Amino acid sequence: MEILLALLLGAAFGAALDRAGATSPDLIIGMLTLRVLHLAKAILLAIGVASVLMFAAQMAGLIEVGHMSVKAAYIGVFFGGALLGLGWAISGFCPGTGLASAATGRTDAAVFAVGGLAGAAAYMLTFPLFDGTWVLADLAGGKSTVGAVPGLDNPALLEGLRGDLVGIALGAVFVAAAFALPDRLTGGHAKMVPAR
Amino acid sequence: MTLSWKYGGLALGLAFFFAVALVKPIGVSTQFVIFDGILWNAVDSTAVVADETAKSGYSSPNAYLDANGGKYASAVADPLNYGFFFVIAIMVGAAISGWLRGSFREANRFMPRVWLANWGETPVLRFLAAFGGGFLVLYGARLAGGCTSGHMMSGMMQTAVSGYIFAAGAFAAAIPTAMFLYPKEA
Repeated sequence: MEILLALLLGAAFGAALDRAGATSPDLIIGMLTLRVLHLAKAILLAIGVASVLMFAAQMAGLIEVGHMSVKAAYIGVFFGGALLGLGWAISGFCPGTGLASAATGRTDAAVFAVGGLAGAAAYMLTFPLFDGTWVLADLAGGKSTVGAVPGLDNPALLEGLRGDLVGIALGAVFVAAAFALPDRLTGGHAKMVPAR
Repeated sequence: MTLSWKYGGLALGLAFFFAVALVKPIGVSTQFVIFDGILWNAVDSTAVVADETAKSGYSSPNAYLDANGGKYASAVADPLNYGFFFVIAIMVGAAISGWLRGSFREANRFMPRVWLANWGETPVLRFLAAFGGGFLVLYGARLAGGCTSGHMMSGMMQTAVSGYIFAAGAFAAAIPTAMFLYPKEA
């Protein structure tokens, strides 16, 4: 059953990535140079919609809070994010979009994926350098959320706030930001953006 | 055909919502490690071994596969699991979507227009950038414990503090790098 769900949900996500334009390195680099904000707006809307739906469904008792899985915060998250950002800007791909793009027939994305396997192997070999050091030591309580989510044991940054309400409010902010963001922040007029 | 940002964002948002509603949040980059482990295990059967004393039932001489009670070692030993099939399915879904919009018939399938405008037509340069970029992206994702999907999208939708830290690091590096490398618009 779980494998069937993996196939259905994964295929839906892969198709959505492709149709949203995330498999195009032109649109990724367009976003990162602030020239074509099509993907930035789509991503902000996606995070907002998913957040509002998830926390609202939790409050209505429709889905299990236990399905949430919050990752730990540590300083390496920032450093690792920065390294990823560097490679993201150079190549125009991130892990999910790179694999999806390779599957649509892009050969540069296939080479990206091979580079990714090499990078992941390099981390496997160098992991002992970081293990047990300050780089991987928990920050802000570790696997923390902004507010305390009812039914979840994770620590909260702001204990006094109800995490599900915070989630809906932040989700609404993401949706509003998606609409507020212009089509571009630098230079002349937008190109390559599909009609509304 | 690419959807407008509204429909594209809505489709992505629904995918992230249904994933966490039915199973768990979407993540991708871990599976690069699992696939590396599978390749390693295929050429060297001591890469992952059954071990009753480990929490997952498997251990590995590699410290990363062995961490957290051999969690990754066990996924390498038995790749018939949710996370691995999810990532294979991403590729199937993207391939079908691409085929329907004619992506396999496009003449240029490795040179972004913005790359041509700034770095010219030498294919080897583009492939080197793609390889090097992939290396940095996955090394960084593993150091961070997740990627754009797991940390940025799934993380921020769950109000995870780590998701915000990750997004700050990623954009702080990516935006100046992209502006420096691609000064000319396509």
